[in-house]
Amino acid sequence: MTWLLPVAILLPIVGAGLTLVTGRRPRVQRLISISILSLQLVVELTLLALISDGGPIVMHIGGWTAPFGITLVADRLAAFMLVVSTAVSLTVLVYGISQGMADDSDTPETPVSIFHPTFLILVTGISNAFVAGDLFNLFVSFEILLTASYVLLTIGGTRERLRAGAPYLVVSLLSSLIFLVAIAMVYAAAGTVNMADLSNKLAELPPGVVATIQALLLVAFGIKAAVFPMYMWLPDSYPSAPAPATAVFAGLLTKVGIYAIIRVQTLLFPLGSFTTLLMIAALLTLLVGILGAIAQSGIKRLLSFTLVSHIGYMLFGVALASQVGIGASIYYVGHHILVQTALFLGAGLIEWVAGTTVLDRLGGLAKASPILAILFFIPAMNLGSVPPLSGFFGKVGLFEAGVADGSTLAWVLIAGGTVTSLLTLYAMVRVWGRAFWRPAPSFTEPESYDSAVQTESGRSLQVRRRARRQALVQAQRREADAKTARLPRGMVGATMAIVGVGLLMTVAAGPIYAYTDTAAANLLDRSIYIDAVLGSGVPAPPGIGTPGS
Amino acid sequence: MTVDLVLALTIGGLFAAGVYLMLSRNLIRVFLGFLLASHGINLLLLSASPDGVPPIVGEPTNGERVADPIPQALILTSIVISLAVSTFLLAMAYRNYKVTRTPELVDDTQDVDFADVTPGGGEE
Repeated sequence: MTWLLPVAILLPIVGAGLTLVTGRRPRVQRLISISILSLQLVVELTLLALISDGGPIVMHIGGWTAPFGITLVADRLAAFMLVVSTAVSLTVLVYGISQGMADDSDTPETPVSIFHPTFLILVTGISNAFVAGDLFNLFVSFEILLTASYVLLTIGGTRERLRAGAPYLVVSLLSSLIFLVAIAMVYAAAGTVNMADLSNKLAELPPGVVATIQALLLVAFGIKAAVFPMYMWLPDSYPSAPAPATAVFAGLLTKVGIYAIIRVQTLLFPLGSFTTLLMIAALLTLLVGILGAIAQSGIKRLLSFTLVSHIGYMLFGVALASQVGIGASIYYVGHHILVQTALFLGAGLIEWVAGTTVLDRLGGLAKASPILAILFFIPAMNLGSVPPLSGFFGKVGLFEAGVADGSTLAWVLIAGGTVTSLLTLYAMVRVWGRAFWRPAPSFTEPESYDSAVQTESGRSLQVRRRARRQALVQAQRREADAKTARLPRGMVGATMAIVGVGLLMTVAAGPIYAYTDTAAANLLDRSIYIDAVLGSGVPAPPGIGTPGS
Repeated sequence: MTVDLVLALTIGGLFAAGVYLMLSRNLIRVFLGFLLASHGINLLLLSASPDGVPPIVGEPTNGERVADPIPQALILTSIVISLAVSTFLLAMAYRNYKVTRTPELVDDTQDVDFADVTPGGGEE
């Protein structure tokens, strides 16, 4: 059944081609992309079942065996990430389609015909990153998903999106360049880019060379994962993208970076160097991120900062480098993908109902739309890790691993993680209390208005005036529509689905935790991965350009 | 082991110039910087054989020397990717010029806004 592995990657890229040629027929496009992603999900669930029974699945493309050809490898970690990412992509796609059909006033000039192909290419890049068996293929997957994300982030080419997209583009380009430098150095030093082969050969290299390579790789992936101090691009760029794009970016793109960090830390550098540095970075990511979130007045920016903050938890588990820690980290990745996506979809719904996501102008939404209130409340509490939701289980696992580690730094991180968790709860309660619970703010007094208008865009007087006018119109419309607010069924259904899957991670926490724990054990026992790729017992043939040849 | 100093200096120079240009607010400069830096990368990949010499392997004694195909494959892929990204950067620069009538990026309106907003939303 190894042929299923490339099929999981080929499906979305073929779908991208098909949706590109059917660009003039939106209905056909929608049908193709939804059925392609559903099919991909089925394939990946099959892969998951096969891998949890029979170990990693390996495919040598074109019959060129490792370490010479391109190898696709799916172990437990990769299969888990594949299933979660495709499930999230599918629901976000349904949400986006529904939003596009319901909300035609948004940007009429938006070239909707390119949304589907770009989205499918993004999914291709993400899926390919999880099964890439060599560093260069990983680089190519990053480029695929980044190029698609540039397009999705600046879709429509409005002034605001161009401004937000450019720093994202430049930062991503720099991180790709650093990654490529690391690959060049890896090849120069070890004569191979295949990860299984590398993990054998890096052990023979001088420690200085290995440390240089590891530092370069960690910086490149750290930028992608928005780890402190390389997170500044994220809250700056994500909020201005369309809601479905932000949701899928927030859920998946940073987690690809975390996945890459887990992979290289366990497979290539098992000696645990740089773990102190990673711990400190994790602590600062947690604290700086959540303090940034508390200061925000817009929901989308606030959520972007909590996204940065919680990356720290996953990094903490990786830095501990124990089975419990990495297992909890993988569980937390799954939890966080689902919760963060659900929250961003919820923010999109808030924007749809109220016309804004600025907290000062929101209010009374619990009365206006009870279903939205529930849909936002559950993931918000989950993010704040209220027991018995999945965020709580994830943190329990991480803190257990920290206690088992027992070092001073681990205890400091447990304290920092607890504080962050409480502050997250505070931030989410503030959002919920303001947007949903309090009565709708009155928009009739112009005095209070001047101070209240803080749009997420809009500095110049004209923009401010226009925003004020729009806000007045929206306020009137909202008061009129408050009772009859009809949310598009697809958007609510998609959000509901993702909240439901998030709850599934709570209900089925036992089996999922058992799965991620075994995944972590397989990661730490490197021979499983290496034997699957290179063939057990047979020593790897010397690569071309091996030192000393 | 010998290191080709000219090659190393060229790569370093290309990187320095490229990164300097990419830090600019002018998108055309960013584009040029990206081109320079990716040339630097391509040279680095080309020199990525153990001793920094051209990637030709084999035993010189029996007269058969073959080119190592992997650096070439990597460079080819890297060139294709930089072509695609360059296209996007140019399109973005053009669109930015059309919208704002300046080759530079505009200020981040929210950052400026944020400077005079009380933390926490201003109502507490």
